[in-house]
Amino acid sequence: MAAPEKPGGLLGWLDARFPVSRLWRDHLANYYVPKNLNIWYIFGSLALLVLVNQLLTGIWLTMSYRPSPEEAFASIEYIMRDVEWGWLIRYLHTTGASALFIVVYLHMFRGLLYGSYKAPRELVWVFGMALYLILMAEAFMGYLLPWGQMSYWGAQVITSFFSAVPSIGPGLAEWVRGDYVVSGATLNRFFALHVIALPLVILGLVVLHIVALHEVGSNNPDGIEINALKDDAGKPVDGIPFHPYYTVKDLVGVAIFLFVFCGVVFYFPEGGGFFIEQPNFAPADPLNTPDHIAPVWYFTPFYAILRGVNFSLLGLDARFLGVVFMGGAIAVLFVLPWLDRSPVRSMRYKGWMSKLMLAVFIASFVALGVLGVLPPTPVRTRLAQLFTVLYFAYFLLMPLYTRLEKNRPVPKRVTG
Amino acid sequence: MTERGINKGRRRFLVGATSVIGAVGMVGVAVPFVASWQPSARARAAAAPVQADISKLHPGQRMTVEWRGRPVWIIRRTPEMIARTETVATERLADPDSNHPQQPAYVQGALRSIKPEVGVLIGLCTHFGCSPLYRPEPDAQADSNDDWSGGFFCPCHGSRFDLAGRVYTGMPAPTNLEVPPYHYLNDTIIVVGEDKEAV
Amino acid sequence: MKQYVMALFLWLLPMTAMAQEEARNVTSMSPDLQDSASLQNGLKLYVNYCLGCHTLSYQRFSRTADDLGIPEALMKDSVMFSSSLSFNDAMHNALSDGDAAQWWGAAPPDLSLTTRLRGVDWVYSFLLGFYRDPARPTGVNNTVYESVAMPNVLEPLQGVQELDCRQARPLALGGGGRCQQLSVTAPGELSPDAFEKAVYDITNFLAYVGEPSRLKAQNIGPKVLFFIFVFSVFAYLLKREYWKDVR
Repeated sequence: MAAPEKPGGLLGWLDARFPVSRLWRDHLANYYVPKNLNIWYIFGSLALLVLVNQLLTGIWLTMSYRPSPEEAFASIEYIMRDVEWGWLIRYLHTTGASALFIVVYLHMFRGLLYGSYKAPRELVWVFGMALYLILMAEAFMGYLLPWGQMSYWGAQVITSFFSAVPSIGPGLAEWVRGDYVVSGATLNRFFALHVIALPLVILGLVVLHIVALHEVGSNNPDGIEINALKDDAGKPVDGIPFHPYYTVKDLVGVAIFLFVFCGVVFYFPEGGGFFIEQPNFAPADPLNTPDHIAPVWYFTPFYAILRGVNFSLLGLDARFLGVVFMGGAIAVLFVLPWLDRSPVRSMRYKGWMSKLMLAVFIASFVALGVLGVLPPTPVRTRLAQLFTVLYFAYFLLMPLYTRLEKNRPVPKRVTG
Repeated sequence: MTERGINKGRRRFLVGATSVIGAVGMVGVAVPFVASWQPSARARAAAAPVQADISKLHPGQRMTVEWRGRPVWIIRRTPEMIARTETVATERLADPDSNHPQQPAYVQGALRSIKPEVGVLIGLCTHFGCSPLYRPEPDAQADSNDDWSGGFFCPCHGSRFDLAGRVYTGMPAPTNLEVPPYHYLNDTIIVVGEDKEAV
Repeated sequence: MKQYVMALFLWLLPMTAMAQEEARNVTSMSPDLQDSASLQNGLKLYVNYCLGCHTLSYQRFSRTADDLGIPEALMKDSVMFSSSLSFNDAMHNALSDGDAAQWWGAAPPDLSLTTRLRGVDWVYSFLLGFYRDPARPTGVNNTVYESVAMPNVLEPLQGVQELDCRQARPLALGGGGRCQQLSVTAPGELSPDAFEKAVYDITNFLAYVGEPSRLKAQNIGPKVLFFIFVFSVFAYLLKREYWKDVR
């Protein structure tokens, strides 16, 4: 590729004032990406796509939604029935919320699989985890807005987590709610956070995530640095420019994703009761908890961890301990880059212990998710405890097994 | 990478075709978002025709009803007011014969109404939408230096209309006041917002 | 402090008990929103037998008429009984909540979203599940909703139904070993089959009311999916073309 000439015309005018061409080159046309990225690498682009969907549909929903206990529920039905195309915009938003978590979970799994969190990509991972954390807060607050039964009681329970903190707890929970129970004050502040504050934070973190990634470049399924081997022109031998190769490849993934996504939006918007839960079709009633109640599916693994803690330890009561375990399950993800002591990144070349532990971890996460949906029984609580132990074992034993195990040799060049 | 065996034509065709389909898709996505700004079913329901009882409306008086959120005036003109309106010099009016489509077809003549004594007008100035004031008597106002024969005066930018809502020449307002579709249910009930044929 | 603990307990504990209560066997039905004859009949029955007590406060007469292909004049004559309602109004009735609560002990709920809240199967089984029970103030009980406050308003159509456990095989019993075998002992205006069809139509209508946009989604969905499919074919060909460069 020849050195870029100075363009004239409008682009030249712009370039003299704003780095249009440079941004294009740095992040697309001359941004080199390993040529062996597989299907697991689509989910970052998809997450961005769904995020844009959430922002657009969300802005449009605020145009007709009313954040007050008296009007919120009815305003959702107003959107669903009276606003032109309101039903589609709302279903895009509700389905998009679940889709975003599906995509993000797969994106995170890719990171675990190929060691994308390891040096020099620790910050990419940490920014990503911060995104995930804020995303959960965003989703939780958004779920209160329809002011249905699940909205109300879900918020009531989750804000009660704060009351589990020793000594300051009850006051803290009241401060979060702005009332003694979840009320109009809670609804209004959650609305403000959901539509303004947290989206701003999310956008900022997305920029940090991508800037950090583009600084160090993408990892790949072999977990080797393509920049280590460059040709005479200084281009990575195993790298190809993001544009056009990965733009067209991602386009295929986007099309397939949209096909599935629209299929859900048009035919199964309730997602079998997982995307929109049935009790949420009744308006919030602060005096009656609905019969079946479970958090939205993307929270259930952590919910199962919380519920599994039915014992006290070190003078901490079970309630607080549950919150600590749940918080710990998320917090431990942040330090993952420093727990992995393996000299290789990709699971392809790690030893059997890493492979086994990753499989156990994924199985535990899924099992906890299932248990979080089901009503608790003594057996299920035992199972939840078991899987909680396995969940933490993956992280806390990682410094050991990644050092002890025997890895396979890593090739010099990327493989297929 | 290699430059060998690239079919430039095929590549250009595929880029073009995918771009065009993608652009069509973007337009398709935009449709619901744009269309959702249309008045909702609730707004349309609130825009239903309204009935006005004019039995208590005395000659010379005006009443206001709300239709689609806008003020609709109903005035009962006295014979003297009718005479005054019919004798306004046509060269002083911008559109004396109501050629602009500012009224339903069944509303004709100088008085722009179904019955001469009852006028129905949308009370928003055709300039920038202020609601003009009712000044039925020939002008004695200080700010008026011509012999205005009474009608409506817009406080925002000074447009003047006669008692049939016809705008005078040289005013900021470009056209006559709008006459809404209306009909008589009986002698005393007017339905505003609906033509007779629609019933 | 206490109410937080209570809230947490309410969230955590009662699921098992509740789950069992709801697990009683319900007959399944699948709505067919393309069957406008069924929807229209359901509307007719709903207006005649249900609307007097159960409003549809999110559903407009006009929207219903549009979606079900009923002319405005016909809708006004045969569906809108109250002259105080206009064509664009929601499907309300003349009953006040206070009166209703006094008569039945609880105000009859609005049914706009009932099929989405409870599911179509539940509504269908509920309407079929009334049986004679002299112990109840209304004289009837229900197989899916024990001690229901609502009388069997469809009795003139259905006739009197009774629990008949003598013929029931043990395995045919409902959840919790309850007797679920129902039989009509005094016939009504409709045969059992025709009555089931009538109940199907009411449920079908309520399924439509729960989500009127489903009609639109069913209409647009295939077109959108076809469009995306065409796009994905071109996107794939484009990708394959460019990736010929990559060795």
